[in-house]
Amino acid sequence: MRDILEIIGLILLLIGGIFLFLGGLGIFRMPDTYNRLQAGTKATTLGGMSVILGVGFLEPGWIIKAMVLVIFIAFSNPISSHALARANYKRKNYPYLKGGAEYDQYREVYVNQENKEENK
Amino acid sequence: MESLTFSQKLTQFFLSWLVLFIAWLGFTSTLAIQEVITGLLVSLLIALFTSRFFVCCDVSIFAPAKLFYVFYYLFVFLIELIKSNLDVARRVISPTLPINPGIVKFKTNLTSEYGRMVLANSITLTPGTLSVDIIDDTFYIHWIDVKTLDPVETHREIAEKFEKILLKIF
Repeated sequence: MRDILEIIGLILLLIGGIFLFLGGLGIFRMPDTYNRLQAGTKATTLGGMSVILGVGFLEPGWIIKAMVLVIFIAFSNPISSHALARANYKRKNYPYLKGGAEYDQYREVYVNQENKEENK
Repeated sequence: MESLTFSQKLTQFFLSWLVLFIAWLGFTSTLAIQEVITGLLVSLLIALFTSRFFVCCDVSIFAPAKLFYVFYYLFVFLIELIKSNLDVARRVISPTLPINPGIVKFKTNLTSEYGRMVLANSITLTPGTLSVDIIDDTFYIHWIDVKTLDPVETHREIAEKFEKILLKIF
C-alpha cells in the first residue's frame, strides 16, 4: 500500500515538474506580458497543484494540508493573473497584436473613458 | 457594502469565522485541545477585521439538487485545466510559436456576481484564454489564438460550456 502511494506521489511530482518547466519556458519565449501570463498561470496552477499533491501522497500525514493548499492555489492563481493583466493594461502596455488594431476590443473602454474626461 | 442589515453582517461574520477555523483545522490537522482553542481565538481575531470583505452569504449552492452540478462543474473544470496545460505546452515547445493574440469581448447571461467571478476564474484556466476585465455583463478576454471577433461566436467558443452549468448552480 505504501509503495503504491509512493509511486503515485513520485509520478505527480514528475508531472508537476514538467509542467512548471514548460511554464518557465513559456515565460521566456512569449512576446508580451499577456501571453506570458497565459503560459505562467496555467502551468503554475496545474504544476503547483500536482507537486503539492505528490508531496501529500509521499508523506500521508500531510495530505489534508496539501488539499487546503491546492484549493488556495486554485482560487488565488487566476485572480492574481487577472489583476496583473488589468493593471498592465491600465499602465498603457497594450498587447502585442499580430492581426492589426481590431484584434484589441478592450481599447474601446479606455477611449470612451478618455472622451468622457475631455468632455468634463 | 453599506446596505447590509445587522443580521446579514452577523451571518457574514460567523461564516468567515467558520471558514477560517476550518482552514486552521486543515493546516494543523490535529484536534488537541490547546491547538483548537488557539485556532478559535486566532480565527475570531482575523474574522473581526476581515469579515466585511467576505462575500459568501449565498449558501444556497449547498442545496442537494445543486450539489450534483457543483461536482459536475469541478469535473469539467479539471479536464479543461489539463487540456489547457497541454495546449500551452504545445505552443511553447513548437519552434514557430503559433500564436495570434488579441483581446475579445462577449456578454454573459449570468446575473449573480458570484457566478460571474467563478466564470471569469474558470476562463482564465481554460485553453488559451485569460480574463482581463469585467464591466457590468461584458467580459474582456485575452485570447492567445483569436478565431473570431464576433461577440456571439466568442461567447459560444469560450464561455458556453461553463455558463450552462453555472446557470443551474447560481
